[in-house]
Amino acid sequence: MIRHVVIDRTAKTVVIICASVSFVVLGAIFFFTFREGLPGVQEIGLANFLFGTQWRPGQELFGILPMTVGSLLVTFGSMALAIPIGIACAILLAEVAPYRVTRMIRPAVEVLVGIPSVVYGLVGLLVIVPRVREIGGSGFSILAASLVLMAMVLPTVISITEDSLRAVPKGYKEAALALGSTHWQAIWKVMIPAARNGIVAAIILGMGRAVGETMAMIMVIGNSVIIPTSPLSQARTLTGNIAVEIMYAAGTHRSALFATGVVLFLIILVLNSVAVYALRKGVKTSGVS
Amino acid sequence: MSAKTEQRVAKVFIWGGGAITVTILIGIVLYVLIQGLPVINIEFLTTPPQGGLTGEGGISTAIVGTLYLLGITLAILVVPGIGAGIYLAEYARDNRLTRAVRYAVEVLAGVPSIVFGLFGFALFVTALHFNFSILSGALTLVCLLLPTLIRTTEESIRAVPRSYREASLAMGASKWQTIVRVVLPAALPGIMTGVILCAGRIVEETACLYVTMGGSSGMPTSLLSPGRTLSLHLYYLVSDTRAFDKAMATGAVLIVIIIIVNALTNWLSHRFVVKMRGGK
Repeated sequence: MIRHVVIDRTAKTVVIICASVSFVVLGAIFFFTFREGLPGVQEIGLANFLFGTQWRPGQELFGILPMTVGSLLVTFGSMALAIPIGIACAILLAEVAPYRVTRMIRPAVEVLVGIPSVVYGLVGLLVIVPRVREIGGSGFSILAASLVLMAMVLPTVISITEDSLRAVPKGYKEAALALGSTHWQAIWKVMIPAARNGIVAAIILGMGRAVGETMAMIMVIGNSVIIPTSPLSQARTLTGNIAVEIMYAAGTHRSALFATGVVLFLIILVLNSVAVYALRKGVKTSGVS
Repeated sequence: MSAKTEQRVAKVFIWGGGAITVTILIGIVLYVLIQGLPVINIEFLTTPPQGGLTGEGGISTAIVGTLYLLGITLAILVVPGIGAGIYLAEYARDNRLTRAVRYAVEVLAGVPSIVFGLFGFALFVTALHFNFSILSGALTLVCLLLPTLIRTTEESIRAVPRSYREASLAMGASKWQTIVRVVLPAALPGIMTGVILCAGRIVEETACLYVTMGGSSGMPTSLLSPGRTLSLHLYYLVSDTRAFDKAMATGAVLIVIIIIVNALTNWLSHRFVVKMRGGK
């Protein structure tokens, strides 16, 4: 008996050590990125850093506004395409399609998640960029980047929307049908409002994925530091800015790149907090009109 | 418009959404496989990249680099990740600290890979002097994947019915015996799914390795030698050479790997669901 007690205690200690190591490492990531970024921002000035329109490391100009605008535009561009397609596909999987069809689409969605981002970038570079070039410009553009990114965020939007539609109690739909509504009316007027929070979370997590994408963006967006004026303009994203320059950066330049990382960190923090909150609230059980 | 017509129009859009999704997937997969597979042969798989603008050579060192990185990352990742998952599911009290930790893990799971790359670059490459190496890349990946593994482990342990634990404790087993002999075996397919998911991510990941692994095309000889994975190799082929056919072939190899990994995950999670329902 005593032996078991000893083993039990030792095991508990080991598990706690494992857990602490993990949590300390994760905490260190917050700490380290902030610490490396802070001196740069102090030197540049927070307003100059966030709202400066020039990024010229050679001339000590470090304004990230062009990259922030670039990131926002590709994110909204891709979401504008991915939201309608993704929600339609999720309704298909959760409500409309027979089992035979869902059994084929769902693995397809899972494979889309798994394809490495460089493969998306490569296909974008060889297929989408030349098509965009026919419309005008160099082809490396916000438009090409949005199209590539759409394919990458679709699975996130589809799977979370589908889960939240499935979490709506069966009684809701049955009540609507019993009152004489069509299947579509039941979906549109009852199930979607009930699954609202989950769908919001799906959209926000999709945005998080879009903001964070790096390699595929570098490959199709052109990486010029300019504030884009049309969908055919080149641009650079916040993530791309870090990846392209960190290897040779030093001093203030290096610190400014870490501060760019902090900005990304904060964007994700806000987006994920909203998503976590929405998912916790889950299915709305009141207010369905 | 009558309700019936409206429904018909809506269903056209719904099926349209599904059709677009499937077309995108089949389009990408077929395009890469059709262009890439003809380039693949034994020589391509067994010769190292030659470098240079033409991108001559094969992908042998990238395959070795990927396997090397996979092994080392998983070896470092598995114990703390699963340990932390067990802790959160079985030991942690439900208080403010636990909730804060769980929240932090959830947020970190969404942080962009390049931010982990920055962290790895600052800590492992620069401060700890591991330089651009497989070790730096592996440690960075461990940080990136810890949140995923902790969450999947915790979720699959929580999915084990309470009655299993109660039965074991009622028979006089200690808490640890219950965890090791009853809970973990039941949760194993779920935990394995999490580990395979991480393995898939290691193969896919590029951004955080781009800034920590150095990308040498030589054969890695030790933990501290720089190297490249298949994904990184693909990126270097596209950015430094004109060898798009070789890049396609590398992409085809990656897609085949990902399809196998997905099939394996599906099979395991199916077994997990059956097991949790009490079947064999």
